[in-house]
Amino acid sequence: MKKLTQFLAILIAYCGLALLSQVHAQQPLTVNVVGMTKTATPIAVVPFAQQGAPLPTDIADVIRNDLNRCGKFRSLAVSEIVEQPSQGSDIKFATWRLLKQDYIVIGRIKDAGNGMVTVEYELWDVNRQQRLLGEAMSPAATSDLRSVAHQIADKIFQQITGIPGAFWTRIAYVTMVGTGNNANYSLIVADSDGYNPQVVARSHEALLSPKWSPDGSRIAYVSFEGGNSAIYIQNIGTGARQLISGRAKGINSAPAWSPDGTKLALSLSYTGNPEIYVMDLGSRQETRLTRSMAINTEPVWAPDGQSIYFTSDRSGKPEIYRVSAGGGTPERISFQGQQNLDASISYDGKQIAMVQANGNVYRIAIVDQGQGGQLRFISPGPIDESPSFAPNASMLIYAASDGARDVLYAVSSDGMVRQRLALADGNVREPAWGPYRKQ
Amino acid sequence: MNKTVRIALVALLCVGAAACTKKQETKPQQPQQETQQVAPPQSGEHKYTAADLDTDACLKQRVVYFDFDKDEVKPEFQQIMQCHAKFLQDVPTARMTLDGNTDERGTREYNLGLGERRGNAVSSALQANGGSASQINVVSHGKEQPVCRQHNEDCWSKNRRVEISYSAT
Repeated sequence: MKKLTQFLAILIAYCGLALLSQVHAQQPLTVNVVGMTKTATPIAVVPFAQQGAPLPTDIADVIRNDLNRCGKFRSLAVSEIVEQPSQGSDIKFATWRLLKQDYIVIGRIKDAGNGMVTVEYELWDVNRQQRLLGEAMSPAATSDLRSVAHQIADKIFQQITGIPGAFWTRIAYVTMVGTGNNANYSLIVADSDGYNPQVVARSHEALLSPKWSPDGSRIAYVSFEGGNSAIYIQNIGTGARQLISGRAKGINSAPAWSPDGTKLALSLSYTGNPEIYVMDLGSRQETRLTRSMAINTEPVWAPDGQSIYFTSDRSGKPEIYRVSAGGGTPERISFQGQQNLDASISYDGKQIAMVQANGNVYRIAIVDQGQGGQLRFISPGPIDESPSFAPNASMLIYAASDGARDVLYAVSSDGMVRQRLALADGNVREPAWGPYRKQ
Repeated sequence: MNKTVRIALVALLCVGAAACTKKQETKPQQPQQETQQVAPPQSGEHKYTAADLDTDACLKQRVVYFDFDKDEVKPEFQQIMQCHAKFLQDVPTARMTLDGNTDERGTREYNLGLGERRGNAVSSALQANGGSASQINVVSHGKEQPVCRQHNEDCWSKNRRVEISYSAT
């Protein structure tokens, strides 16, 4: 018995080492979902039929989790899925009507040879007994089935809501493990649900403000590895890295890509205080956009590329301003609460998420331009920051402090459903939701 | 077995004692206790040398604390400004870095700005007392290097600080 225990211990240790030795392996985030929207659409996602060896991914489970966490759907618990049809002709609609389901998703997985499988799925309207979607996905490696599941969830989402899904996207964030001289910072990219984390950069000094290039191939970020802040752009696939601004004097920070990917807005303080600049990435030429004695930082581009939103305390407290991308007089756009910082803009430019401070409570608020500037809080505080919209604005991701450590929350844009993303023994912060991925 | 427990206990006690000593060492850095202990620099009479950095009661004071959302160097830190400025004058080869820090409230990027403002305020105070700008380098860390990690004012007040360090004498 003792021998067996020892053997198991060695085996576990060996597996641990093997995992550690993978260059890109990273401790995954633990995930749990809280909250539920009452008006969420009920949908049953039946386990996909499959012959042969068990697959590493339960496709129906990934789809269910995607649909649940966006707040717009409420998937039927597996324990209540009493029948398991895998063909449209097998669906007994009376059963699913009785279970009060509006939609049902079924599917099957077929061997495509060479370790590849083909996933077929169908979406049915239960009340109309009508097939809305039916498709065979491109053959995929069994190790890549989470991607396939996210793409199916995206299609279901789009079919029912009319808005493209954004489950098959990635997030970037910074982890910090250890403190003081033993601190280890990593810049990570992962699937939007926190799975498949990959290390992009590591440092013993702080890493900040990762921002995705519009094509999703590169990340701009701030690193203190040289002692002072410096802005870098790094290619996620190749690891190739460029120094964008590393002036010895003052702050080099807050990079933001223009929507066409040719320019980077920055906050630089070599003149004495942080001002917003726009750098043309081709010529490296910088154009100064702001002139005030205040802190001007956290630039973010409007989706049309015509203007830039930023944080400034020129009025005495930090507020959000907007200035033409070509320069001009900034206009203050936040007026509620005591302080407003760090804007994120929805794809259509209508919703502006920001950190709003009232006393010692910092929460994420969304100002809806389409609703006459109506403001709603989507996070409880007290120290929430770094809001970042998903490319379809159905969800946001933000950073929070959870007692002793920093965690992330992915939240539905109505604030009703929140998914907590945490590291077992460290801090997670500075989230940035990436763009849509290419087929 | 009994011995092991005893050794472990002794070890624990040692750790406890060390922790206590450390606490007492860091405490004088708090603004309140600081002011009374510091002797004013004797201008003219004594010229500082590099050796004074480790021995002079005033020069050993290397942390300046700030009020929430403020970057004014408070009156209780004037004497520290005076002796460090005098050191910069007396030792022209001296180079100083001012690391500006904030508490956890507010966004990381905005706090980089606040930390720099505090560093600049200390730099200005040193220059007003005769230090040369060419000897001073300001680096802001925003809220990235807290010395205390609890979410309360006591902790926040310890993090709102500028640390003075010498890179060359």
